[in-house]
Amino acid sequence: MKLSALQQSYLGRRSNSFRSSGPLDSSSDGAFKSPAAVFWLVLHGLSCLISLLLGFRFSRLVFLLLSTSSTYTSPFHSPTELAKTLDIRSVIPADPVGNVPLPFPNKTATNSRVVVGRHGIRIRPWPHPNPVEVMKAHRIIERVQTEQRLQFGVKDPRKIIVVTPTYVRTFQSLHLTGVMHSLMLVPYDLVWIVVEAGGVSNETASLIAKSGLRTIHVGFNQRMPNSWDGRHKLETKMRLRGLRIVREKKLDGIVIFADDSNMHSMELFDEIQNVKWFGAVSVGILASSANIDETVVEKRGEEENPRMPVQGPACNVSNMLAGWHTFNTLPFAGKTAVYIDDRATVLPRKLEWSGFILNSSLLWKDGDKPEWMKDIDTLDGDIESPLDLVKDPSVVEPLGSCGRRVLLWWLRVEARADSKFPPRWIIDPPLEITVPSKRTPWPDTPPELPSHEKPVIRIQEPIIKHTTKTRTSRSKRRSKRKHDETRTDRGTTGFDKTLQN
Amino acid sequence: MRKWFWGFLFIAFGFVCSIAAERNPRTERISGSAGDVLEDDPVGRLKVYVYELPSKYNKKILQKDPRCLSHMFAAEIYMHRFLLSSPVRTLNPEEADWFYTPIYATCDLTPTGLPLPFKSPRMVRSAIQLISSSWPYWNRTEGADHFFVVPHDFGACFHYQEEKAIERGILPILQRATLVQTFGQRNHVCLNEGSITIPPYAPPQKMQARQIPLDTPRSIFVYFRGLFYDVNNDPEGGYYARGARAAVWENFKNNPLFDISTEHPTTYYEDMQRAIFCLCPLGWAPWSPRLVEAVVFGCIPVIIADDIVLPFADAIPWEEIGVFVAEEDVPKLDTILTSIPPEVILRKQRLLANPSMKRAMLFPQPALPGDAFHQILNGLARKLPHQKSIYLKPGEKILNWTAGPVGDLKPW
Repeated sequence: MKLSALQQSYLGRRSNSFRSSGPLDSSSDGAFKSPAAVFWLVLHGLSCLISLLLGFRFSRLVFLLLSTSSTYTSPFHSPTELAKTLDIRSVIPADPVGNVPLPFPNKTATNSRVVVGRHGIRIRPWPHPNPVEVMKAHRIIERVQTEQRLQFGVKDPRKIIVVTPTYVRTFQSLHLTGVMHSLMLVPYDLVWIVVEAGGVSNETASLIAKSGLRTIHVGFNQRMPNSWDGRHKLETKMRLRGLRIVREKKLDGIVIFADDSNMHSMELFDEIQNVKWFGAVSVGILASSANIDETVVEKRGEEENPRMPVQGPACNVSNMLAGWHTFNTLPFAGKTAVYIDDRATVLPRKLEWSGFILNSSLLWKDGDKPEWMKDIDTLDGDIESPLDLVKDPSVVEPLGSCGRRVLLWWLRVEARADSKFPPRWIIDPPLEITVPSKRTPWPDTPPELPSHEKPVIRIQEPIIKHTTKTRTSRSKRRSKRKHDETRTDRGTTGFDKTLQN
Repeated sequence: MRKWFWGFLFIAFGFVCSIAAERNPRTERISGSAGDVLEDDPVGRLKVYVYELPSKYNKKILQKDPRCLSHMFAAEIYMHRFLLSSPVRTLNPEEADWFYTPIYATCDLTPTGLPLPFKSPRMVRSAIQLISSSWPYWNRTEGADHFFVVPHDFGACFHYQEEKAIERGILPILQRATLVQTFGQRNHVCLNEGSITIPPYAPPQKMQARQIPLDTPRSIFVYFRGLFYDVNNDPEGGYYARGARAAVWENFKNNPLFDISTEHPTTYYEDMQRAIFCLCPLGWAPWSPRLVEAVVFGCIPVIIADDIVLPFADAIPWEEIGVFVAEEDVPKLDTILTSIPPEVILRKQRLLANPSMKRAMLFPQPALPGDAFHQILNGLARKLPHQKSIYLKPGEKILNWTAGPVGDLKPW
């Protein structure tokens, strides 16, 4: 907004600020060739010369030295102003008549406490956030957002009933924690029905207890089979079991199926509030595995189809349901995973349950539900797809701007069948096996472990050799990372030892 | 029978009450100091005569530099266009209450787009000489029923540096006229009593185009983008913004609640809609288009400018809408803002959400009812009827036509 002020001479600026401190000054100029003004002029000239020599503005330094308080706040010309006001005050009572105007609020320009000129920059002694205030601010933000949601968000939000089939395995903690955190962020009322294959276990119970959500944890008396096919079938049965709970307890709300390894976006929970009876959303399928064949890649390249496959409703131009996008299994024929720990691609079913949303009143025994809904008590587990719940698939409502928005992602990742993990992921009893590190920059003491540790025992040589091979003369940071890795390696082998006992 | 009657009355009363309570609490009506003045209609309350000046005062200047239509001072051009086609315009000067002189005094731009005010005094002088010689209405009152739009930094002081502007003071020949200006600071030479303060021009279409869905949660606590130190003109700080912007930076650069920086993000408008408070500190002059942007985007303006006079201050209750922080209290800004009770914050947001508030800050083309043009006319209408004392007796002269720096007296 300004052109360079370098043209303005230093002296000029000073005289301006003299003038701006009020007509008191200008009128009193005649009366006082005041010693203060002359003194200031001399001082000013001197500091100019010193600044020329030093190369920076000397007056700043003086300023700094003069200011006593920690808040550095005096306006630049305050000493003169003070001097002038003092002098004037001493004169006024003696000479009320005369050309010195009374300094009372008649003049507009004088009484502004806002002065032009250089001001100090006020910095408080500890310019860092105060944690109490940060918390207050966060509460304000939360309150504002709640109000926004009340005004612009979904009107009359319904409760959400989440049905999740699960079973105890290594990756259960990973998957279930993800789903749990997503559900904890949902701003609506929630009921979480967890159906566990193999019966209710402490493992699962302790995991879901951390959520603070209202949970219904039931067991299903069959063990989870080791093949994907069997697993899909059992999961279907478990979901029906969950739906029966909704029916028994007459829960009211919107039922969604949240498989424990899926990823849900927050917009999904806002979008499903729009369902009337039976809706469907688009599910992104993350089906590729680490071991994808080169032939498959080539085929993909030829087909020019690198996009992620999506399962869900397909609409025609007038936004009516016209069909379904399902997963194309042809490129994967013969190369799919059969057992849960195969390193091949895991394929979804034709239509995954997680893409479907139900109004819970469809499941009740009585009440007004549309006639196209089958009674779930009459079904018995061998349903291929969720569309088998309805007699007429055209009644399904496509959600998420008619299936164009992908609101959740389907993924199946599991560990090796023989993988073990400490129950509830707590290291108890403590590690019995530790391996001392060799050839590290640190002295030869074993790594620090929790205080109730037993003393170290050596493990077989081959393993050490494998780990130390990687720890050649690298930089300190690399070796530290390797050091940590070997610690965990030792940890797992240690577990193997303990669990095998 | 009696009981039935009273019962019925009671039910009817309850019904009416419930309907009244059903009213959407999203916005609140702004009751200004004079009632609901934002929605007043000036048509019929005043008449404005627009002088026909030669195009060297307006059209030719605009042709030379069309950038004048989009910078912050474009209000003078749009006001002229609005008045030419407004129902308050009269072609008969005898029945006019107010006279408008269309001079585009702020349209002399540097290559980077900043207006140079050096020729403006001469231009205004020459225009007034023209109107006083061609029409009798100026001499009748020496300009007391004329108004001029002077949206420049320091209004009719016609300089961008505050000290020089104060030194010059308001152009002597405009002393009796009503000035419509963006600058407003109490007890300042460049603000006359009876001036109308207007918001700076902000392009309405650009702002409407960048609106985000209203349910996007506001997650930024305090937002500001702009300079803290003007390194070209005031490298050490302390001069620019009277040290207030530098104080904001030094105190809050490490504070995660304050999203402040000097960047020019492309998502500036969208970010403002995601913020609860928007800082509007003074710069070289106390006013800034940030106030307009904050009001349009529903972000509570935090005004850090001592003694500032905000636009349409007699119609808009700014204390209820914004937060005022004294420049000396800047180090305590976080304490001040976090100690505002949430109900007060929600009320301010409701007042800001009122569409008449947003419209009053904008200069849309074509004009809409309740916009800034109409607020200016309302302000002029509120000053009517003119007092008899402004009409001079024949031969009486109050203004000194030769006052002011010698450079101003040269013809333009």
